[in-house]
Amino acid sequence: MKTVETLLAVEDVTVEFDGFKAIDSLNFYVDKGGVRVLIGPNGAGKSTLCDTIIGRVRPRSGRILFRGEDITRLPEFRIVRKGICRKFQTPGVLQSLSVHDNLALAARKTRDWWHAFGRDLTKAERERMEDVLALIGLADKRDYLPSQISHGEKQWLEIGMVVATEAELLLLDEPTAGMSPQETSDTADLIRRLVGRHTVLVIDHDMSFVEQLDAPVSVLHMGALLKEGSIAEVRSDPEVAAVYLGRIEDAAAA
Amino acid sequence: MSELALFVGQLFNGASVASIFLLAALGLALSFGLMRVINMAHGEMLMMGGYVAYLTLKFTPPAYGILIAIPIAFVVSGIAGAILEVLLVHRLASRPLDTLLATWGVSLCLQQGARSIFGPIGDEVTAPKWLGGAFQVTHGALNGLSLPYARMFIIGFTVVVVAALGLLLVRTRIGLYVRAVTQDRDTAEAMGINIRKIDLLIFSLGTGLAGVAGVVLAMLEPVTPSVGQAYIVPAFLVVILGGLGSLIGTTIASVMVGLISALTQIVWTVSLSKVFLLLFVVAFIQLRPRGVISVRSRALEET
Amino acid sequence: MQLRAERTFYLIGFVLLAVAPWLVSPYNLSLLGRFLAYAIVALGLVLVWGEAGILSLGQGLFFGLGGYVLAMYLKLVNLAPGDLPDFMQWSGISHLPAWWAIFRNPVIATLGVAAVPAAVAAAFAWLVFHRRVGTVYFALITQAMVLAFVTLLSSEQGYTGGFNGLTDFHTLYGLSLDSQSVQNGLYWATVAALAASFIGLKWLTGSHFGKLLRALSDSENRVRFLGYDSMPYKTIAFVIGAALAGIGGAFFTLQAGVISPAGIGVVSSIEMVVWVAVGGRRSLAGAIVGTLVVNFAQEMVSNAFPNVWPFAIGLMFILVVTLLPSGLGGLFRPEALAALRARLRRLSGAAGLIPMADDPGRDMRGVK
Repeated sequence: MKTVETLLAVEDVTVEFDGFKAIDSLNFYVDKGGVRVLIGPNGAGKSTLCDTIIGRVRPRSGRILFRGEDITRLPEFRIVRKGICRKFQTPGVLQSLSVHDNLALAARKTRDWWHAFGRDLTKAERERMEDVLALIGLADKRDYLPSQISHGEKQWLEIGMVVATEAELLLLDEPTAGMSPQETSDTADLIRRLVGRHTVLVIDHDMSFVEQLDAPVSVLHMGALLKEGSIAEVRSDPEVAAVYLGRIEDAAAA
Repeated sequence: MSELALFVGQLFNGASVASIFLLAALGLALSFGLMRVINMAHGEMLMMGGYVAYLTLKFTPPAYGILIAIPIAFVVSGIAGAILEVLLVHRLASRPLDTLLATWGVSLCLQQGARSIFGPIGDEVTAPKWLGGAFQVTHGALNGLSLPYARMFIIGFTVVVVAALGLLLVRTRIGLYVRAVTQDRDTAEAMGINIRKIDLLIFSLGTGLAGVAGVVLAMLEPVTPSVGQAYIVPAFLVVILGGLGSLIGTTIASVMVGLISALTQIVWTVSLSKVFLLLFVVAFIQLRPRGVISVRSRALEET
Repeated sequence: MQLRAERTFYLIGFVLLAVAPWLVSPYNLSLLGRFLAYAIVALGLVLVWGEAGILSLGQGLFFGLGGYVLAMYLKLVNLAPGDLPDFMQWSGISHLPAWWAIFRNPVIATLGVAAVPAAVAAAFAWLVFHRRVGTVYFALITQAMVLAFVTLLSSEQGYTGGFNGLTDFHTLYGLSLDSQSVQNGLYWATVAALAASFIGLKWLTGSHFGKLLRALSDSENRVRFLGYDSMPYKTIAFVIGAALAGIGGAFFTLQAGVISPAGIGVVSSIEMVVWVAVGGRRSLAGAIVGTLVVNFAQEMVSNAFPNVWPFAIGLMFILVVTLLPSGLGGLFRPEALAALRARLRRLSGAAGLIPMADDPGRDMRGVK
């Protein structure tokens, strides 16, 4: 059996906001290839972990390695160029650009200002964009503005932008927020199709969606890892049920 | 006059100027913390307070007219602020730069309104006799130092106002709500706080305080239609230095701006001192871009 | 097809401006020339504010720097070596300072018109942007900056001419400024500079660079987390805006015959934003039209009823910002008209005083 390569290593990371430890000496590893799911109740530190990985929030202590390289203190745009891209919770598509231009901005490989005075994409970038447009099902709506497409489509557009950067690691923060069951299951399909070219770390609440992804799950609670394993293992764990699943079922019953 | 006396005198002047900056900036800082908007007509709320003082003193005994003018100015400027908030600021809430521009339009109209009613020339408001003199030092190291009672009153009055505001924010339920909304607007709303009411309340409280600042300022210099403009730019700098909606930060920043203005004027002209103040602010944000008191929270990172 | 119609429209506009010397009186031509110089500033603001979303309340500083740099040359050009400009003699200054003397050189002065404001803007923008200062703070700091500048100009009379500024110019590159044909030439040069700025900015806003600026004003975070370093983009946009303001200031100074603190202060700087707001903050053609409309209106109203003008401009600002954020240019775009209708309906429906329960604008707050 061949050994799996670790793509991302979060080592002993602590993040504090005014004395509150949002993440507490966390060790978390993502292997190369495949999908990985991160769940946890509100305030568990999931989004803060994402923020820390992409450099939006700086840890008090600990370090983050990507392909073995320390990225803890790099500027955000350098972290992205190393190959990590994130989809935000609320759709962060660019309102004044068309669907096409949103993707074009993401697909461009030359992101320094001195390359920005042209108008055209390279052939490779154009082909990549067409692939992404087809993947997210927005090929007919390429000239639409984000205000003219549905909420679910905006979420897909942002996923498409993240994919178009060709980053190796994609962080998808609640990609199905506000989606209908049908859209949610389409999103699960979409994510499974990304495997191979990308490693995907999905953060979500929606257990039915997580089940459709059928991927290893890590449970975060109070800024630390509570449990890692398959969805079935996590489901049957009494501790996890106590802090997390119990609440979901309560909420579903309500 | 000895150099020490000159220095202490300027310190004292700086403290009194800082007091007025503080009264003017508090409202700006609190509503900026809550709503992320800046009211460019805030200086005109101060100007209104000045004219309230001028009018009140025409009809009241000079000995305590100024004390009557303070609550009246608070109410008048507070109501003006409430009207402005409901009609304009609230409607533009999600567009902070447009709020800035629209309220500047209001500021122009109010200035011209005052010019049409009161004329462009300053109206003198004489301080009551009991505030008229100055505390004179006639011997010792500080020989020649003169501390006007009016300025002492301003400093003392500001301390009382800030202390009261501090108690309001820390000890009352309304204060708790204000702090919650400043921290994280969406969560506060989800927890059932009526953010609409809090916005309106704090905005009018802030403009009311500016009105009070206008009364106090009227004791130092004549009231003119553009008096607000002279104080509003330093008040903006105070907000930038102070940090988001922080009472302590705003207080420290006012003292910094007041003292820098006063002390640099010992050696430089007024204009050089203004240039220095601006350079200081730009240098300061290199060190602390979020102000003296910077609140860190995930909700605040969003902006 | 639509593009061709647009181009024809612009071409007609510039041709009309070019033939104006034969159509209007010298007095009106001189007004028009000054307002077209203002329009160059407005074009820069479209890039800075409309596209990049950076509100500058301090364009007067850059306008002034351009104007003063050229004015220094104009003051020095006819002096014998060792002589001092008139106002320096009156103030008892004995030596020409070095920062004046270098602008005796026409090449340095001409380049300095754009380069000096650009350099100041670059240093300032870099210092402020690299600490991620928000747009509201940025606007307030630009205002403080222009206030400090005019205070300095007014007080250092011996070096700047004080409140009166610099005036009484006679020759430019050896040509007499008093002749009508030179004045016509200056007018055409202004139109040419305006046309060049217009074409340049059309090209720039259509490039990746322009799209990136729009993206930054939508959501700087999203752009940064797509791997772009936003700082140089914003700084360059601001620097271009400042350089255009400087060029506008120089053309203004030549045609007005004077540059003084009066026309470049806090209020004048915000008025520059008004021109663009009225014309349409994202429309280059709109900004030119807005500048001409507001300034000719000001010329007429403030001459006849000087007390009314501040009310007029204040109300104009409130109305444009609240009801027609895309300005006059928006009146030609169906979606902007629909938005205006919706706003008016909401306004009348809300009967003025009742706070709206579901302000759609609120949703925008969460967008990163």
